[in-house]
Amino acid sequence: MAHQYNAETYAAVKKEIWKITWILSILTLIELALGYWMYFSHATMSHSMVMFIKGTILILMCSKAFYIVAYFMHLKHEIKNMIMTIVVPLMLFIWFIISFLYEGNSYKNLRNTYDKHLQEQTTIKVEEKHQGAAEKHETNKTHEIKTEPAHH
Amino acid sequence: MSTTAVQNTKWWNGGKSPFNLEYGKVMMWYFLMSDAFTFGAFLISYGTIRFSTNGWPDPNHVFSSYPFKAEGSAAAPLVFVSLMTFILIVSSVTMVLAVQAGHHQDKKGVVRNLILTIIGGAMFLGCQAWEWTHLFQEGAWWGKNPFVNADGTHATTNFTNYFFTITGFHGFHVFSGVIINIVMLIMTLNNTFEKRGHYLMIEKAGLYWHFVDLVWVFVFTLFYLV
Repeated sequence: MAHQYNAETYAAVKKEIWKITWILSILTLIELALGYWMYFSHATMSHSMVMFIKGTILILMCSKAFYIVAYFMHLKHEIKNMIMTIVVPLMLFIWFIISFLYEGNSYKNLRNTYDKHLQEQTTIKVEEKHQGAAEKHETNKTHEIKTEPAHH
Repeated sequence: MSTTAVQNTKWWNGGKSPFNLEYGKVMMWYFLMSDAFTFGAFLISYGTIRFSTNGWPDPNHVFSSYPFKAEGSAAAPLVFVSLMTFILIVSSVTMVLAVQAGHHQDKKGVVRNLILTIIGGAMFLGCQAWEWTHLFQEGAWWGKNPFVNADGTHATTNFTNYFFTITGFHGFHVFSGVIINIVMLIMTLNNTFEKRGHYLMIEKAGLYWHFVDLVWVFVFTLFYLV
């Protein structure tokens, strides 16, 4: 390989590495800020707003992935044919994600429509934490259990 | 880098390596691509189950602790996992610096940055060990889920099953990465690469390490944030 390395390129490459580090850190901080925003105002936030924030977080996630692969893993500086052999097969994920999530959602809707018993079961609130589940799981000693069910 | 020289070269006319990459590095890329499909299958399966279930536990409630947290103090979601994320990002940076030092035959730089990367990986594994232990003590494990859904309804064990399987698989990758980096460090100290005249092996270890960081970007977002 005919790479020419000298002190000048060494310094330039290091500078680029630190630039990418800052980008990754800032993107992570934005993600965290959005996460905290959802956490602190989830009671007043509309469902579509939550979906919008989650979508934004997913876009930030993909851009972080791009920066890691392109710069840290150096793929951006490889020959185009090499990039294609990696990126083109991974495009299958576009179909995977759309179809599988659609399928999961459709399964949920079908069950809620035609299996009313299940739908009722999944809307019963479990009042005290761990108690409703205690009959199905052997719940371990958890510091949050305050009262044991009387009919044990 | 050498892209300007690359433009007019006919790579497929024979006599040249068409990808201008060493064989081992090309193969590392294809291994990582297959590994990406493995992790992708795990994560899509997780997404499918989550989309097909009526309720799901709130990650801000489940992952709201950290070491030495005082009993009864306010819940602190995202704090500990953010620390883990930054540890992994920083260790990825030191790994790139080690690779670049290798490019420039800077043995001291390689050794220093590899040691930092190994420490970062070990710190991440320590954090994960603490988190798993903590969740286990709360009653969470494969097949056991003490948490209720965000809307207060009874949750299935899918949540804990996917959490422990996927973070466990990722943690195993981190562990392998730390072992690989330790081997690289020993080889560097033994002047193996110095004698070979190049540090290409560090680049392959670096690719693997960045991939581990890359997977964590997805795991962190999909399990802890959304």
